[in-house]
Amino acid sequence: MSEPSPHDHLMSDAPRKAAERRIRNRALTIGVSVTPFGLSFGAVSVEAHLSLIQVCLLSLVLFSGASQFALVSIIGAGGSYFSAVGTALLLGVRNGLYGARVNTLLRPAGLRRFVMAEVTIDESTAMAVSEARTGHATRAFWSIALSVYVLWNLSTIVGALVGNALGSPATTGLDVAGPAAFIALLAPRLNTVRMRLAALGSGVIALVTVPFVPVGAPILIGGLTAVALLLVLDR
Amino acid sequence: MKLWLAVIIACAGCAALKLAGFVVPSRLLETKVAQRTLEALPVTLLSALIAVSVFATGNHLMLDSRAAGLAVALILVAIRAPFLVVVVAACATAAGVHAF
Repeated sequence: MSEPSPHDHLMSDAPRKAAERRIRNRALTIGVSVTPFGLSFGAVSVEAHLSLIQVCLLSLVLFSGASQFALVSIIGAGGSYFSAVGTALLLGVRNGLYGARVNTLLRPAGLRRFVMAEVTIDESTAMAVSEARTGHATRAFWSIALSVYVLWNLSTIVGALVGNALGSPATTGLDVAGPAAFIALLAPRLNTVRMRLAALGSGVIALVTVPFVPVGAPILIGGLTAVALLLVLDR
Repeated sequence: MKLWLAVIIACAGCAALKLAGFVVPSRLLETKVAQRTLEALPVTLLSALIAVSVFATGNHLMLDSRAAGLAVALILVAIRAPFLVVVVAACATAAGVHAF
């Protein structure tokens, strides 16, 4: 599957085996770490009245946690489909950026790039970049991609089936599963005062507009206005 | 029917965005403005989504059990608790406050 790396002839067997073991372990750890998110996504989706097939389709094809969660959260809150899909697409833009990085790093040929693009997400990109210097980037990318793809889809199905059996979101506390998951995902990115202010500003702008615009729209308004303000302030 | 359309457009659109990265010349993405926008956009969109999911119901601002859940999540993230602990504790807190 992978092209021979320029370092292969320099490596004896032992370091290569060690690298393979390291990549396999990381792939499994990261795969397992996405399962709670997949479980809550499945559960929140059925609360938003998506059918099991629709929930599975999102995990199989859309395959990007933040976009999927945003889509079903906004639909579940009674927001417009325009806001729901718009927010999901804007959150998906970063995968395109990852794609450019992965493309220059791994140089996939022909039809393989279609498969590679589909599994280019936060985790697989980070892993490929971190193994770029060891010459194992391709193996790292596919290992993580496979592990996360399989476990994400399995946990989605389980979450959807379990969520179906639970009561209303408020009595089970499931109405904060999404926000809590996002706080955990955002934390590493909130490492500068600039980003913290952007996050806070975006939340405040969104809340201020809640009484005046259609449900779901405050998320797009808050998110886009905060980015625009950030760009103006950076000048 | 509209729900199906939303699911299909979101799936097709996000898959297309992923593929775009492999096709669009990378120099277009390397400008300073593009980099800053792409770095900040997920953070601001998710923050807005969190704020609205916790403090609003429809077109009304609300302060209820969800805020308690969010507070617990913030504290647990600050002390670097594992992901599953953050989500489960936040849900349990919100459910507990709601029942009370």
